[in-house]
Amino acid sequence: MDWLQIGSAALLLGMLVMIFPRVRHAMKNSPKGTTQDWMGFIVPLAAVIGFVVLLIMSVR
Amino acid sequence: MLWSIGYTLIYYNFKRNICMLGNQSVASRPIESVLSTNKVIRSTYQLLSMTLLFSAVTAYLSIAMQASQGMGLVATIAGIVMLWFVLPKTANSASGIPVIFAITGLLGFGIGPMVAYYLAINPSIVMTALGGTGVIFLGLSGYALTTRKDFSFMGGFLMVGMLVIVGASLLNIFMGIPALSLAVSAGVIMIMSGFILYETSSLIHGGETNYIMATASLFLSILNIFTSLLHLLGALGGDD
Repeated sequence: MDWLQIGSAALLLGMLVMIFPRVRHAMKNSPKGTTQDWMGFIVPLAAVIGFVVLLIMSVR
Repeated sequence: MLWSIGYTLIYYNFKRNICMLGNQSVASRPIESVLSTNKVIRSTYQLLSMTLLFSAVTAYLSIAMQASQGMGLVATIAGIVMLWFVLPKTANSASGIPVIFAITGLLGFGIGPMVAYYLAINPSIVMTALGGTGVIFLGLSGYALTTRKDFSFMGGFLMVGMLVIVGASLLNIFMGIPALSLAVSAGVIMIMSGFILYETSSLIHGGETNYIMATASLFLSILNIFTSLLHLLGALGGDD
């Protein structure tokens, strides 16, 4: 294990420590979405996935 | 490769007010509030375009200087430390502008070695990732701006997704599973796409009123999508 790996691991560990309280806060306080709300998120996300697949196929 | 995994997740999408988004519709808000929101949106996109250009210049400098991976990592860590500890203290004043340029410049310099690597093996991958990132960002921003949907309900989901991805990335530093690395990159693209919708929605609905913080958030989403797309295209395009 070289120092690049150690540095990356330390940074990611720090990131976990930093975001954990925010995750708990977000989970407790975020408003709940309806099915319609989630559909409004899933549709553009599906378009992004399709587009990425298209990009991967284009460079093959 | 380790550094592509590391760079993919090295950026923490900084969120101050993740659960404090406004739920008011634009129609029910006073005209001053709507004008103020439009001003924040305009300022955010102006600053975002300038910081993206600046980070492209620093990335070019990094490539021209043939910066090592170690230098890239140090620049990235410096950028992250500023993002975590300096930006929140300066974002409400004029000193936030040089700080955001310093952060984006350092992060741009940090991805230089990765971009140089992919340019050496296949320049078309870098161009495709760049164009793809632009299309994803413009498409998602356009979707959020035109539909004016409120994506504040996604806060918890996105933060949990972020936690899972950072955890998986950390695990993969020790395990070194290529499939997990690709899954992490794919996950980052999806989570960052969600963050673009979330942040744009919070700008529209008045949840985010600080254009410097909004710029930082959108910049990090764009950078994460670019690096993850680069990793995916490099690996699945048959050149990694």
